[in-house]
Amino acid sequence: MEYRLVGTAVPRKEAGRKVSGTAEYVDDVRLPEMLHGVTVRSTIPRGHIRKISFDGAIPWHEFVIVDARDIPGKNVVSLIYDDQPYLAAERVNHPQEPILLLAHADKHLLERARQNVHIEYEPLPAVFHLEEALAAETVIWGEDNVFKRYTIEKGEVDAMWSEAAFIVEGEYSTGAQEQLYIEPNGMIATFGAEGVTIRGSMQCPFYVQKALMALFGLPAEKVRVIQQETGGAFGGKEEYPSMLAGHAALLALKSGKPVKMVYDREEDMAATTKRHPSKTRHRTAVTSDGRLLAMEVEFSIDGGAYATLSGVVLSRGTIHSCGPYRCDNVRVRSVAVATNAPPHGAFRGFGAPQSLFALERHMDKIARTVGLEPDEFRARNLLRTGDSTATGQVIKDPIDLVRLQSRALDSIGYHEKRRRFPVENARSRRKKGIGFATFFHGAGFTGSGERFLQSVVTLEARAANRVRVLTSMTEMGQGTNTVLAQIAGEALGLCYEQVEVTNPDTAEVPNSGPTVASRTAMVVGKLVENAAREMKAKLPSHDFAALGPLRVTVQYKEPPGIFWDDALYRGEAYGAFSYATYAAEVTVDTLTGEVEVNDFVALQEVGRVLHPVLATGQIEGGVAQGIGMALYEKVVWRDGVMVNNQMTNYVMPTSADIPNIRVYFEEIPYEHGAMGAKGIGELPMDGPVPAVLNAIENAIGIDFDHAPVLPEDVLAKLAKRRVA
Amino acid sequence: MRSFVPEYDLIAAKHLPEALHILSSGEGWRPIAGGTDLMVLFNAGKLPWRRLASVSETEELRRVVTSSDCVSIGAAITYSEIRQSPILQAEFPLLCQSASWTGSIANQNRGTLGGNIANASPAADSAPVLLAYDAELELRSVGGTRLIPYAEFHLGYKSMQLREDELIVQIHLPRPLCDVRQYGRKVGTRKAQAISKVSLAATAVVENGTIIDVRIAMGSVAPVPLRCQETEAVLRGERLTPTLQARARDTLLREIQPISDIRSTSEYRAMVAANLLGEYLESLS
Ligand SMILES: Cc1cc2nc3c(=O)[nH]c(=O)nc-3n(C[C@H](O)[C@H](O)[C@H](O)COP(=O)(O)OP(=O)(O)OC[C@H]3O[C@@H](n4cnc5c(N)ncnc54)[C@H](O)[C@@H]3O)c2cc1C
Repeated sequence: MEYRLVGTAVPRKEAGRKVSGTAEYVDDVRLPEMLHGVTVRSTIPRGHIRKISFDGAIPWHEFVIVDARDIPGKNVVSLIYDDQPYLAAERVNHPQEPILLLAHADKHLLERARQNVHIEYEPLPAVFHLEEALAAETVIWGEDNVFKRYTIEKGEVDAMWSEAAFIVEGEYSTGAQEQLYIEPNGMIATFGAEGVTIRGSMQCPFYVQKALMALFGLPAEKVRVIQQETGGAFGGKEEYPSMLAGHAALLALKSGKPVKMVYDREEDMAATTKRHPSKTRHRTAVTSDGRLLAMEVEFSIDGGAYATLSGVVLSRGTIHSCGPYRCDNVRVRSVAVATNAPPHGAFRGFGAPQSLFALERHMDKIARTVGLEPDEFRARNLLRTGDSTATGQVIKDPIDLVRLQSRALDSIGYHEKRRRFPVENARSRRKKGIGFATFFHGAGFTGSGERFLQSVVTLEARAANRVRVLTSMTEMGQGTNTVLAQIAGEALGLCYEQVEVTNPDTAEVPNSGPTVASRTAMVVGKLVENAAREMKAKLPSHDFAALGPLRVTVQYKEPPGIFWDDALYRGEAYGAFSYATYAAEVTVDTLTGEVEVNDFVALQEVGRVLHPVLATGQIEGGVAQGIGMALYEKVVWRDGVMVNNQMTNYVMPTSADIPNIRVYFEEIPYEHGAMGAKGIGELPMDGPVPAVLNAIENAIGIDFDHAPVLPEDVLAKLAKRRVA
Repeated sequence: MRSFVPEYDLIAAKHLPEALHILSSGEGWRPIAGGTDLMVLFNAGKLPWRRLASVSETEELRRVVTSSDCVSIGAAITYSEIRQSPILQAEFPLLCQSASWTGSIANQNRGTLGGNIANASPAADSAPVLLAYDAELELRSVGGTRLIPYAEFHLGYKSMQLREDELIVQIHLPRPLCDVRQYGRKVGTRKAQAISKVSLAATAVVENGTIIDVRIAMGSVAPVPLRCQETEAVLRGERLTPTLQARARDTLLREIQPISDIRSTSEYRAMVAANLLGEYLESLS
């Protein structure tokens, strides 16, 4: 099909205001009589609060002080389990737990006051590591520290071990990773007769609304949530904003004035969510000719002190843990556990980068064991149309993953380099290597998720031949406004400029679900497309003014033939998968252990590409974050506290560390995605870490099983090998 | 901003005598130049000094003066100015190189050489270079001027030969008389905006395979920027052989005292220090 708007690089809707500096972020907003708010946090990982004293030469009477007793409704951040309090009343479970809130008009005095609140505790034993949590000698959550478990069973795993020519085992782990959106978390709350109004930086206005309804015992119409311009999120503003919005609102309620709370970088890094640390064990049965007979996977993640989204992150990681491979006998057991660290949460990829890292490292290990080239071994096992995934989902796409993989490898000159590098490496201290990963990422909510969400979008035709798109999808830099306008304009036969995308405000837009899970363009975009087609059918001409205002509202309906069994974890896990092969070329400096990524090819099949520049940007950004996770970004923990919570010491790569990323797309239109689009946002996070580590192994023959791999790790291993 | 701003005062001195006068008042005034170290502390609520006297505007600290045997760099000269100076590019390339490795362009536009020295971080990127160039510091107070070899300036971690009423005025670099082999390498946490995990700067005069003179200095391997004199002694006057290289390496490993911290480990620092020395010595032969 020929498109006018879709597939072209129209200017971004919000580009003008961002470039000219008029975009209003939450910290730019000043309301009359506004106070500032800060949080007094726990300083110990676990214990009872014994005494709070307000010290120093501080005019405490001028301060608004809120504690748990000021909460009118339920003291829980409503999400999945009601386990996390807004303010600790008696007991703390992690070393950043909010206990008190302070507000004052003078920001500087406020900070000084915060430093003069002293809290005495009676410490309790705490748990900081996955294994410790699983051993459950110290129980810090529920009966056994377990937030959630899943099992996937397919075929007869136990019967296969005796038939295997090879049994390959491996254990892999990943650390926490900070989202590092450029704009820290921030909220402004006002309280009045009309209820509470929140303005802030967020991904999911209706999550915030739901949480505040429970916190204040208010009906939906009394809780209004408005998204301000948002400077990045990457999952880091999925659930946390509900906490901060509640805090600002509690201070606003008590003071009767608007209250602004904006974290600085230190607080944001230390106190808000990060990527779940993980551990994966693989045991794989393989035939003598390199076919997968059975895969047994144990996947565990550290959720931190409260459940938040850990169960859902675990679910996605579990489902992706066997990747795009054909294997008739699969058992995956997974678990999310509690530790006394701030809760880990959503971060681009949502569990899949962790389990796919393990898998794609393990695939190289199996290939080596079997004696096949990594690409040949994968080619023998990649899913083909008609095959089924670990959950039994049959692949219907006419996709040829073997061809996709070889195209990516050809683009980077993989085979030639595999031959040439060892020869060159023999004469150099700088060792080159090349590696890749082949993977997929499911788009949209898992299983029955989209059915439960029942997302709604509205289109409104207005005078002057303009149309407004009303959804709750947030623009956070990724291009929501632009692609939704492209889709609506395309389907209506309007030009791009005639379509306006409404800023999310719960008083104005319908609930189209959260802006997460690579679902915006594919799922919500499709609803916009459907609404636009319906509107077009009602409007034979484009003379909207003549017809008067017209609104069309549509709701998500599950495409036919989708079946998901939540109890057995079996069936159609996702409406669609996007597929990719990523290849990295690295140089390892054996004098310093530094690894440099010199070249990177990212080839993916993502359905229709709606906007080539934005899509390429998504891939480049995801690859950069992936390289960060592979080689640079290490959270240094001390008793549940992130101690390198500054950008000096939490080392995220800069543009000087990132190579030119060569992005290629293949497009197989997906009939249930907007104009054929599939999800794209999270996919690029999954491939870089294993691709880079596979390349390091190719360069120096050391198989790292954890990420990040820092120069310290490389040099230590090289030294150990020299001794041996 | 975690500091209580109303508690802080700032005066901008118009010229050097005024700056020295303010510092001598006994009222607790301390110098600030580019502020790229001090403002980080200020933002974090960790700046103990309440009264700051800016020396950025004092003309006397903002000059590079060349004489027949010496180039004198004003303490308030910025990294960007260092990078653009033709005489420094020609005769002291390691200094321009380390300036280019310091922070970002924005940092380089504000950060000063004097600030880097007085901040006294063992990881300071100019420090090994100044040691390798045998720099001399000119310190001044209302009481007078003193000259101190830079190699004697740092006494211990963040402790140095600088009184509270004194300013670093100039950094004197003796001009090279003959062909000097120079080497500099920074191993940081990433390629830019990085704090050194290990750095090395070295100069040598080599004739017919014999090391006539050598100066080696390292960052981030001791409580102070370290001039590696024992290692130098092993090398001086000797012919470059694999055995000599091995001896130099062993001496260096005894001479440095690297620690483990938030950025790296002592083992890593030691290995890299030895490897950089090896790379340097190989480049000489
Ligand atoms: C983002 C960032 C990145 C950085 N990267 C690097 C890096 O890569 N390498 C590196 O080495 N450093 C780095 N730094 C540290 C800093 O930029 C340098 O140390 C810089 O040289 C400090 O100079 P300044 O003029 O800004 O010092 P200021 O902050 O103004 O002062 C620093 C200290 O020097 C004293 N002082 C200043 N001038 C004089 C003088 N004339 N006489 C006596 N005392 C004086 C002050 O009292 C203070 O104690 C970085 C800093 C930041 C914020």
